[in-house]
Amino acid sequence: MTPRETAIALEPADQSAAVPAPEVADEILAIVDLETHFTMRRGNLKAVDKVSLSLRAGDTLCVVGESGSGKSVTARSILNIVKPGRIVGGRISFKPGDDAPIHLSDLDPYGPAIRAVRGGHISMIFQEPMSSLSPVHTIGSQIIEAIRLHQPIEKKEAREQAISLLKQVQIPDPEIAVDRYAFQYSGGMRQRAMIAMALANKPKVLIADEPTTALDVTTQAEILKLIKSLQRDYGMAVLFITHDMGVVAEMADHVAVMRDGKVLEYGDVDQIFSRPQHPHTQDLIGAARLMESGPAAKVAGTLSEEPILQVRNLNLAFGTTHGMLRRHRAVVHALRDVSFDLRAGEALGVVGESGSGKTTLARCLVGLYKVDSGSAMFTRGDGSTTDLCGRGGFGDRSLYTEIRMIFQDPFASLNPRMTVEQIVAEPMIVNRACPKSELRSRVADLLESVELPADVMDRYPHAFSGGQRQRIGIARAIALNPRLVLADEATSALDGSLRAQVLDLLLKLRSRLGLSFIFISHDIGVIRYFCERMAVMRRGEIVEIGPSQSICDNPQHAYTQELLAAVPRADPKQSRLRG
Amino acid sequence: MTATTVDDRIVAAGTETQWQLIWGRFRRHRLAVFSGIVLILLYLSAALAEFIAPQDPHAFNARFTFAPPQSINLLDRNDEGRLIFRPHVNGYAVEVDPVALRRTFVTDPEEKIPLRLFGKSEPYRLMGFIPMQHKLITVEDSRTPLFLLGADRLGRDVLSRLIHGTRISLSVGLIGVIMSLVIGLVVGGLSGYYGGLFDLIVQRVIEFLRSLPTIPLWMGLAAALPRDWDALAIYFAVTIILSLIGWTELARVVRGRFLALKTEDYVTAARIDGASDLRIVMRHMVPAFTSHIIAAASLAVPGMILAETALSFLGLGLQAPIISWGVLLQEAQNIRAVATAPWLLWPGAAVIVAVLTMNFLGDGMRDAADPYAQ
Repeated sequence: MTPRETAIALEPADQSAAVPAPEVADEILAIVDLETHFTMRRGNLKAVDKVSLSLRAGDTLCVVGESGSGKSVTARSILNIVKPGRIVGGRISFKPGDDAPIHLSDLDPYGPAIRAVRGGHISMIFQEPMSSLSPVHTIGSQIIEAIRLHQPIEKKEAREQAISLLKQVQIPDPEIAVDRYAFQYSGGMRQRAMIAMALANKPKVLIADEPTTALDVTTQAEILKLIKSLQRDYGMAVLFITHDMGVVAEMADHVAVMRDGKVLEYGDVDQIFSRPQHPHTQDLIGAARLMESGPAAKVAGTLSEEPILQVRNLNLAFGTTHGMLRRHRAVVHALRDVSFDLRAGEALGVVGESGSGKTTLARCLVGLYKVDSGSAMFTRGDGSTTDLCGRGGFGDRSLYTEIRMIFQDPFASLNPRMTVEQIVAEPMIVNRACPKSELRSRVADLLESVELPADVMDRYPHAFSGGQRQRIGIARAIALNPRLVLADEATSALDGSLRAQVLDLLLKLRSRLGLSFIFISHDIGVIRYFCERMAVMRRGEIVEIGPSQSICDNPQHAYTQELLAAVPRADPKQSRLRG
Repeated sequence: MTATTVDDRIVAAGTETQWQLIWGRFRRHRLAVFSGIVLILLYLSAALAEFIAPQDPHAFNARFTFAPPQSINLLDRNDEGRLIFRPHVNGYAVEVDPVALRRTFVTDPEEKIPLRLFGKSEPYRLMGFIPMQHKLITVEDSRTPLFLLGADRLGRDVLSRLIHGTRISLSVGLIGVIMSLVIGLVVGGLSGYYGGLFDLIVQRVIEFLRSLPTIPLWMGLAAALPRDWDALAIYFAVTIILSLIGWTELARVVRGRFLALKTEDYVTAARIDGASDLRIVMRHMVPAFTSHIIAAASLAVPGMILAETALSFLGLGLQAPIISWGVLLQEAQNIRAVATAPWLLWPGAAVIVAVLTMNFLGDGMRDAADPYAQ
């Protein structure tokens, strides 16, 4: 028995009995006691464990849960695309109106019967449209193929249909766009093209697996709106998988909350949000609402007026060359006259969508990129000032003991070949900040301060979950008692309650160690929660800078207003897509 | 994403080092493990060639020219006619074809030559420096014939020559790969880590080298070797020639790994820790691809062996009295020799076994090299 199965066996029986499958009249898809297992090196993983769900025609069911909760596997089980896993129990029935129900789980996963359902009656869109679209075929030919797989029509007619589909998903100039390739589309357009392909055969059910997670918040708002209006036009039922309670509140008619392969709670969206029963549901909603209010915990200590960092007129342009002879030079202005002050002990949030230059800014400040012009005067611990972006700024490596960075991806930023102890100790060894004999106890202290037990020191990163890994990364960042920490999307890879926990940890460390922060995020809620001030970036420019609360309450710049309006609220009563 | 979190839940302890994970994955690749064992045996027999080979590989005996292989009989009848365990081979009887005057060997069931394990032999030096006077298999009377894989045109023992040839052929592969690995690591590493103009030049040089047809190039280089060099010098010159061309492949692998790793977040993290370039490379990058390099190198060894065999077969590489598989196969160059003495092709079988097992082993290592990939 794996440790996990033991844990399940210990759970009280009434809880594991889950929620009974409701019997509904106009049910189009019924999942009863579904069990999907994965055979792992150390035993059997019950990714989906007796899940029962019901989807009504024309209805939107949101399945919400944190990563690893089994929500995606449930969705994939419907179309039986769960390799290397196996559906070992339960029944999935598709009831297309008048015809006899089709029991999808009984069909051969490679047979013609289920292939007729896939992309025909039930279609699916995925999180990453770039990897779901073929890079070597035009968008049009992929849609045409989807149509002709299920309908016996001529290529020419299918092409007409493809163009009208692209028009429906609001792609500009569909007659031209149909002959373009995926790489010529932006992220939002790719997802629209995926939706067009999914709609090609007028499906009765659309499964959307985190379709907006990879998109910017304004694009997400557009895609959600599009799915909602198409759902109305086509009368489809939508099974929407997401980890974002805000998106749930926008989209759902019914909600199923999942964790560890089980459905914890199922109900009407208003009921789930107003009277959540299960503590995990309450946690999820609580964590989402936390980011909608101002900073909960105030940082102890007063802010000094002394600036620790004065950034003046940073400019950086990336040149890209095109053509055989490199004649054309397209210049991307990653930073345009970026200026701001950071006071000692303050947290400044930098918010913007992808491509706004916020990560470039962080990388310039730690010397990974060289700027074209401008300066960033950093006041060091001994009172002297150094230009971080100047020539030879980071030639003095001791600067790295005062400025540290926390990375976005907790999986990529820890060396998988080093133990936790080696990872956390590395900056201290490199900078000779700690005598060898005390290294181990210092690492233990650091782990304790990020709320990890000290006995995890000899483990390797692969033994930890995303949230725990991010804590290790934080321990590494604070190991040298820095004065300024740059957090580049430090919580973006974490979902829901984990994000709140890590933010609270950072707040605690901030007041204890007197850290100054530059906190970069695409999520305005996270910034509002964590930072006193925020700067809104767009196309390399700071369009608005000021106290977080006042920017959120009273945004001045049109872009900030758009950004704020696009953030989905974790409250179905405020949904703009409903009714 | 899901797969990783799923794995997290199961790996409770997580104190396995990367090498333990790699070993765990490698062990499940049955064919690779089997190949590994075969290769260990091959290299062992190469190292202990003097002990395992029943005869001196250079000893010739005109009486047994093209003598066919003898088979070992384990049982014998004693004087009372009961079966007892007494391993032996049968002697040869020579028949002369009165028309063609061709001598043919037939086994003589009357003459029984008993075999001994660890019997006494002429004194020799194992690996050139350990004085010994016992061999794995001996005959009591050193004048009686023992040709388990037959004899060649001078009456030399093919098995003994094959075992001694293993030493040269396998070591050419290994030494050649180690030399190309050194060149490849340095050039590919610098090229990948610093990039820029140096990278551009190195890559064009590699492309140039790879575009040269190899056989004529080897022939040219081998022909340039002075005729009066002794066998050992030629042996080293041949390995150098092989590795001068072989490094390009490995340099590309190393460069590719460097390019991929350079953008990894944890390498950036090390840079922000203030680590020096040397420490970043040695502490953070090299451990990440040692397993890949070992796999790539083990896949390069058979290429070297084949190249040496080809060169020697063409008479351009190693020369007698050095014995390698290629030199041995030179004996089997004419069709008449093969028709009368097909056992001269045994070195070819050895080449096939060595190359196949190395490829299987390299495959298994490559699959195991990244234990985090699902």
